[in-house]
Amino acid sequence: MPTLKINGKEVTVEAGATILQACEQAGFEIPRFCYHERLSIAGNCRMCLVEMERSPKPIASCAMPAADGMAIYTDTPGVKKAREGVMEFLLINHPLDCPICDQGGECDLQDQALLYGRGKTRYQENKRAVEEKHMGPLVKTVMTRCIHCTRCIRFATEVAGVEDIGALGRGEHMEVTTYLEKTIDSELSGNVIDLCPVGALTSKPYAFTARSWELKKTESIDVMDALGSAIRVDSRGNEVMRILPRLNEEVNEEWISDKTRFACDGLKYRRLDRPYVRVRGKLKEATWGQAFKAIAKKLKRAKPKEIAGIIGDLSDLEAMKALKDLLAGLGSKRLEGRSDGAALDPASRSGFLFNSTIAGLEQADYVLLVGTNPREEAPVLNARIGRLARAGALKVGRIGAVEDLTYKVEDFGDDPRTLEQILTGKHAAARALKKARKPLLIVGMGALRRRDGSAILYAARAIAEKFKMNRMDWNGFNVLHSAASRAGALALGLAAKGGMEAITRDAKAGKLKVLFLHGADEVDLEALGKAYLIYIGHHGDRGAEGADVILPGAAYTEKDGTYINTEGRIQQGFRAIFPPGDAREDWTIFRALSEVLGCTLPYDDLAGLRRALGEDIPEIAAGEAMLRSQWGKFGKKGKIAALKLKPSQTNFYFTNAIARASKTMAECSEARGFSASTNKRTGTDG
Amino acid sequence: MLKDKNRIFTNLYGLQPWTLSAAKKRGDWDGTGKILGKGQDWIIQQVRDSGLRGRGGAGFPTGLKWSFMPKVCDRPKYLVVNADEGEPGTCKDRDMIRHEPHKLLEGCLIAGFAIGAAAAYIYIRGEFAEEADVLETAIREAKKAGLLGRNACKSGYDFEIYVHRGAGAYICGEETALIESLEGKKGQPRLKPPFPANVGVWGCPTTVNNVESIAVVPAITKRGASWFSGLGRPNNTGTKVFCLSGHVNTPCNVEEEMGIPLKELIERHGGGVRGGWSNLLAVIPGGSSVPLIPKSVCETVTMDFDALAAVQSGLGTAAVIVMDKSTDIVKAIARLSKFYMHESCGQCTPCREGTGWMWRVMERLVVGDAAKAEIDKLLDVSRQVEGHTICALGDAAAWPIQGLVRHFRPEIERRIDERAKTMQAAE
Repeated sequence: MPTLKINGKEVTVEAGATILQACEQAGFEIPRFCYHERLSIAGNCRMCLVEMERSPKPIASCAMPAADGMAIYTDTPGVKKAREGVMEFLLINHPLDCPICDQGGECDLQDQALLYGRGKTRYQENKRAVEEKHMGPLVKTVMTRCIHCTRCIRFATEVAGVEDIGALGRGEHMEVTTYLEKTIDSELSGNVIDLCPVGALTSKPYAFTARSWELKKTESIDVMDALGSAIRVDSRGNEVMRILPRLNEEVNEEWISDKTRFACDGLKYRRLDRPYVRVRGKLKEATWGQAFKAIAKKLKRAKPKEIAGIIGDLSDLEAMKALKDLLAGLGSKRLEGRSDGAALDPASRSGFLFNSTIAGLEQADYVLLVGTNPREEAPVLNARIGRLARAGALKVGRIGAVEDLTYKVEDFGDDPRTLEQILTGKHAAARALKKARKPLLIVGMGALRRRDGSAILYAARAIAEKFKMNRMDWNGFNVLHSAASRAGALALGLAAKGGMEAITRDAKAGKLKVLFLHGADEVDLEALGKAYLIYIGHHGDRGAEGADVILPGAAYTEKDGTYINTEGRIQQGFRAIFPPGDAREDWTIFRALSEVLGCTLPYDDLAGLRRALGEDIPEIAAGEAMLRSQWGKFGKKGKIAALKLKPSQTNFYFTNAIARASKTMAECSEARGFSASTNKRTGTDG
Repeated sequence: MLKDKNRIFTNLYGLQPWTLSAAKKRGDWDGTGKILGKGQDWIIQQVRDSGLRGRGGAGFPTGLKWSFMPKVCDRPKYLVVNADEGEPGTCKDRDMIRHEPHKLLEGCLIAGFAIGAAAAYIYIRGEFAEEADVLETAIREAKKAGLLGRNACKSGYDFEIYVHRGAGAYICGEETALIESLEGKKGQPRLKPPFPANVGVWGCPTTVNNVESIAVVPAITKRGASWFSGLGRPNNTGTKVFCLSGHVNTPCNVEEEMGIPLKELIERHGGGVRGGWSNLLAVIPGGSSVPLIPKSVCETVTMDFDALAAVQSGLGTAAVIVMDKSTDIVKAIARLSKFYMHESCGQCTPCREGTGWMWRVMERLVVGDAAKAEIDKLLDVSRQVEGHTICALGDAAAWPIQGLVRHFRPEIERRIDERAKTMQAAE
């Protein structure tokens, strides 16, 4: 622990800390452009120069390790001059186009020019102009503004794991580019927009739409995947303008996926803004009263065991709890949270959670992926695995389809019966697991969404037990969900006997007469036969199409909702804007409907609902951050079929109703060739 | 004047073949095994005692550099020879490789052995195509003769030498940029610390030395440190190959004692300044990076590190560029500014932006299209670049301009006045 003096103030820092970190710790701010906590040190902007005793030259504080007895000065005339000099150099070739630059108002260069610059230019020559680059549908480039900090290059290589961004040319002709002007082949590309300290890389969909100071900022939780990344929703009026990441070291550090960031334009399109009722085969606009009446009429003729419900991928706990209570009031306990048919077992929480926690990956030294593609199912999680794998701290093995995860993976084939071989201890993966100090198992939906899913889950549990992953200090058994609602639904116990298979079977056989679908868009409605479908949701997607009654609900940005992520982390999102038209927050719909149906729910405000929720999930009542879980028995012993493990998702950009409504996501899908087979271009295109 | 018996590079002019047999006759590879037998510490101590300072430009004591290499290390160690000779005015390494490749190879073996290197890489400038061929052939010869490779010179020590051809970037002559380039990356200098002695090629401890520094090591170890340190003057010992170019009657490479007076060097070996000593305008004494010195200084200055530093210039690579009175001195320095702008790697801000700025101002100063205040502005900009960059290219770009303004400010002002007068007359 070196102790050094900064401007005469003594400070002790951790071994390995840089002078810049030491200065921060001592309370002296050091301006910087290229330095970023999560990227390797480049030391190229030279903005962080400070003076050191006995050093003839100023030193780059971001790159110099702090050592015992150093004396650093950050407030001398020399330092001031050095900063002014660097600032001047950065500005001589930077265009003065702040008024038309989207970075304006949140620009590091602007801020630091004001604080550390000279105010006047001495440069009389012509400014450099740089040819535009193409980086795909998300990242807009104005490369004349680039100050060559190389943050984007380092992010692409070190975090996103793709070497798609680099610099060409030398000296003042150095240009940051994607080499062949192609789309960045990553699900995390939008983060370079946040990283860019100037307006060289900005958001293409957001371009010229708003100024940062006009926006209302609401802290919330993402629902595009099961990680529950921390986000900030920036809105103006009743429109979500953009979504940015918030810092959460435990989950997303400071990254979010492109879907999280850019699917928000989907909130504007294909919205359900009024109730509909199907009359003679056609959906007709209706009032809330009419819609409720139609439902009440249908329910009067249905017996309790003929009523059931299905929870979709984006549901918040409040809505699920209200629907659960509503169904209970109608005498039915059949509310299914596993709409994708995954053989998850709610009996033991260990059996459906990412037990090691996401941050726990940092301690792991071996991870075995089973039927999962984290790059598509949870890109931010994949970035963490990738960072650790590339640093050599984590080895990765996989049973499942061979897909590029941006890091080195040892493949053990895509036959799920390999799990049984591992159990015998004679498999290469078994040796690796045995050798590992803290091994991890990540079971994905690709392995559980099968008829033999519970047998696979059983085998996975057996492996976890055999290789001592369920120790006191280490629970390495992880389930990676693909839907934001899933873990919460299971925590609420929304797992009907027989699961989706039984519901489909009964509906087809006419044994189920009325079905409540809460945002269930990934369900095959055709398979539900002639059951009366009541769809509650926010988008006119697959679920609404086949529904008999549509009740317009609120999207995740339009309600205060609680979510439980794949780790069991309980987090709250907040309302940024109001739902459109007649649409209402989901739980209030169920509350109103319950009154019409004569089984009034016992809460009439959010606080009351959350108290009730606390009875189901005591951690919520206690205000705890995580679900508590204990190792237990889950999965069912059975035969694992010889069927190959398939990738669980097919198009990263179209996994939910919001994303499917988003034009930006459609462009991404096209640009990265996801929809090439389904959406062939015609001769008149382009 | 250097006596012939003290000459190290006896075939610098290629009067004899460079091949192994001819090189052996000149004393190369003689008793190399025996020298290795004296041990690593002995060799390093000899080089330290000899006072040898790096011949690549910075003049860092070679023996001291070697002693920075970790003694105990779980990674392999490497010797890298910097043959990316690109400094304008400098052409000594090329002739050494061309005519005396075995001196370099023998030096590699001794130096590599001393620092415990697993192998040596010779990073040779891409333009030196023929020289690289010579080097590769020489390595084959030496390996065939058992002087290199497994059990080199029967010392029980395995040592390989690899030749790596650069692609013609000046910046790759900077030691850490050279390492990056050697690893197959873009040639951009690394941040220091860590220094190459800890983290160099492939992350392993590495010593990077100039061709000449390595090529004189066999002579030092064979003839003794005191012989070498007896030449020259204290702290600036030994012999040095000077490259004389520009307005001299007989441009040449010549090996001379350190500390030879500049005037003597030019008169004796360069055949004098074109048009006589009185026609001399200025001299750049150490390659394009160092500030020029005017005739008045040239009269008395001696050619060594300390003496040239005392007159605010430097020995650099000892490439003496002589300019007579026919030279447009401002244009000459502007051309150097263009060179540095073109060769800046673009990594760090002051150099990337500053070199271009300085060149543009210089171009205007050539024709006097500027205000007099701009001379001070230029000087200020050059100081904003100098010492603020990752590597020394920023310094190298700033110094020639600083030298020019220091000694030829009246000339620049004259041009500005002249142009102002013509412009006024035109109106």
